[in-house]
This record gives sequence, C-alpha cells and structure tokens, in this order.
Amino acid sequence: MKILNRRDFSVDFGLSLAAAILLPATTARADDMEVHIDNFVFQPAELKIKAGTTVTWTNRDDIPHTVVSAGKFRSKTLDTDDKFSFTFTNAGDYKYFCSLHPHMTGMIKVE
Amino acid sequence: MSGHDHGENGVNRRKVLECMTWAGTGVLWTVTGGVPRSLGIIDSAQAATAVTPGMTFLQISDSHVGFDKPANPNALGTLEEAVGKINAMPTKPAFMIHTGDITHLSKAAEFDNADRIISQSKLDVHYVPGEHDFLDEEVKFYRERYGRGSKGQGWYSFDAGGVHFIGLVNVVDLKAGGLGNLGAEQLAWLEDDLRGKSKSTPIVLFAHIPLWTVYPEWGWGTEDGGRALEQVKGFGSVTVLNGHIHQVMQKVEGNVTFHTARSTAFPQPAPGAASSPGPMKVEDAKLRSMLGVASINFKQNEQRLAIIDTPLQG
Repeated sequence: MKILNRRDFSVDFGLSLAAAILLPATTARADDMEVHIDNFVFQPAELKIKAGTTVTWTNRDDIPHTVVSAGKFRSKTLDTDDKFSFTFTNAGDYKYFCSLHPHMTGMIKVE
Repeated sequence: MSGHDHGENGVNRRKVLECMTWAGTGVLWTVTGGVPRSLGIIDSAQAATAVTPGMTFLQISDSHVGFDKPANPNALGTLEEAVGKINAMPTKPAFMIHTGDITHLSKAAEFDNADRIISQSKLDVHYVPGEHDFLDEEVKFYRERYGRGSKGQGWYSFDAGGVHFIGLVNVVDLKAGGLGNLGAEQLAWLEDDLRGKSKSTPIVLFAHIPLWTVYPEWGWGTEDGGRALEQVKGFGSVTVLNGHIHQVMQKVEGNVTFHTARSTAFPQPAPGAASSPGPMKVEDAKLRSMLGVASINFKQNEQRLAIIDTPLQG
C-alpha cells in the first residue's frame, strides 16, 4: 500500500524531485517488515528490527490463525490472506504465538 | 483383567458386530488384547437384519461449517450427507455427541447453518467446543447456543444407558509452545464429578483435541490430559473420544480405549506425512472416503465399547 502511494506521489512531482524524495523514502520503507504464515509456521520465525518499525503478518494458510504476544499485542482471528500490523516503539524481545495452534511460535527482537 | 477375559471379549464383540446392520458400508474395528484391528469393510449384503443390542450413540466432529477452500468447497454439503447417513442407520442412535469445530470461523450464520442441518437428525446433541467455535470477538455465540447448564468454559457430565459421559473443554487459554489445555479449575471439577462413582460405571470422556499425545509437533495432544486420565484410571471401562485431527486413530492402554473420529468437512494428513497439519486436498472421488462419522455401541457387561467408523462413501 505504502509503496503504491509513494509511487503516485513521485509521478505527480516529476522525475528529479522523485529521486530526491525516494532516497529517504527507501530508508523508511526498509523499516516495514513482513512475516508470513505458511504451513502453520511464522516466517521468518525470528526478526530483528529497530524501534519504530511496523511488522505486518499475513496468513497464507487455509486455516485461521492469530498473532498474540501476552500483554503486548493480540490480533483478531486472521482468515486466509488477512493481515495484522503492529508498530514496535520499545526495545525488547517480543515472543508471540498463535493462540489457536500454540505450537506456532515466533520472536521479534527490537533494538 | 486376565488374558482369558480379553479373548472372551473379542468373541463377544465379533458377535455383536456381525449383528450390526448398515445401509452403507462401514469399517468395523474390534479391539482384542489391546491391539485394534479392522474387520474390513462390510456391505449391506453381509448385514444381518437384527437390531443392534445395547445402547448406540453417534459421534460427529469437525463439521467446520463455513469452510470453502479447495480441500472441500462445500463443507455444509458434506455435513448434510453425514446427517443423511445417520438418518439411514437401521439402529436409531440414542443421541449424538459433537466433538467440536462445529463452525470454521464462529460466525453466527455458520452456527445457524450447522444447527439447521444437524437438527435434521432429530437427535439430542451434546456438544463440546473446538478452537474454531470460540473465534467471535465476544466469544458468546457457542456459549449462547450450547453452553447452557455447563460449568466453567463449557464442561459438563450426564448419564445415559448406564454410562457416565463427561464433556471436557481443552481449547481455551492455550499456552505458547504448548498443546491443548484443561486447566486446574476443570480438573478439580472432574475430580468432584467422579467422586463416589462406582468403579464399574463405564466412563466416556469426550473433548475436541485428543487427550492423549498423538503428535506434539503439530499440537495434537493435551498438556494436562494425563491428569484427567489419572482420575479415571481406576474405572473398569474408559472410552476417550476426540476429534481435531480429522482422521481415525485408535489405541488401547489397559482399560482405556482412545479413539478419534473423522471430520465431515476435510481430511488432514497423517502425523508428519506433510509439511503442516492443514487441510489436505485429495482427488474429488476420494474425498468422501476420508470424511465420516463414528458409531459407538455399549452393551452391559462388555468392558469395551464397540466403535464403528463409517465414511460418507466407500
């Protein structure tokens, strides 16, 4: 979504301007991370990120899953292709799991 | 219990099974000396006309109403076929238990559709929830419909035909990295429920996730299931009926028979046979041979209940 918006923006303002805007934009974009749920596994299972990063989980299974970190965050039930995003503002280790299939676990390490 | 008794049981059970009548075909399971073995597929030509003696009840499981993915685009349709199968049985079951995952996503319409189809069996149905039945925001749809008169998260017991039935809930408050969970409150209730019961009372424990450890790598087991089984150990006849794994699995340990039923919605792979326990897509022609219901017969003075798994087809 964000990528598309930026592209629209840069087209409106012309190529030279776009180059100037895109440079910092690329850095900001690298902060947004993705975790996929495939075959009852969080991939990657462990993610190292900087504080302020938004992580988006996408369920690509035919079975609903959740993303839960006790006392920190809890997604709604994610059906196939549903997404959940959380922005990590504080450093620390965030263990999380699927509350429906608790053998599915993952970790976000925030620096 | 002596080896001689085991042998005698086997003969008795075979007689019972020979008397059973089925409109379609079914795989007969008998347990002799602790080893479950299939008696093979019978067809209507072999079926006698005698009505099954004793009490027969039905187990239906994992109907996943609302599921529409490639493994079975019409889970409501196959549930309806299963109910048709039940209605065609020559021995009308005394009642039915549903071992959870009634719906796929706990939507009100899914519960309504499930009820509309299952009620066509005109049988009393005793439900326990699966993890797919507690997904609505307020976790109220299952409880409003099926939780009346139950304790805690929905556990309860009742007596029928001289058998004590106990419905347990092991899909709530699951811990990261763990398996199914009963919890201290439910285990205390169970201890209370069993207090004073004669050890000769046959016990049927039913819950969604297997109470025994089938395959922990896929979460197929219950963390504190052993503590519930410890409490029924002294009873002469214990039958543990579960769902969740969408396939038939059986084992016997002493006086305890463990059995899981097929789903009516979609099959799942054998433990470790695939990269995940997700819905297994099979050829259309094969699907109905992997879906079905279980029929359980209890006869006075028989230690073990006879369990017959009937697929929708084949």
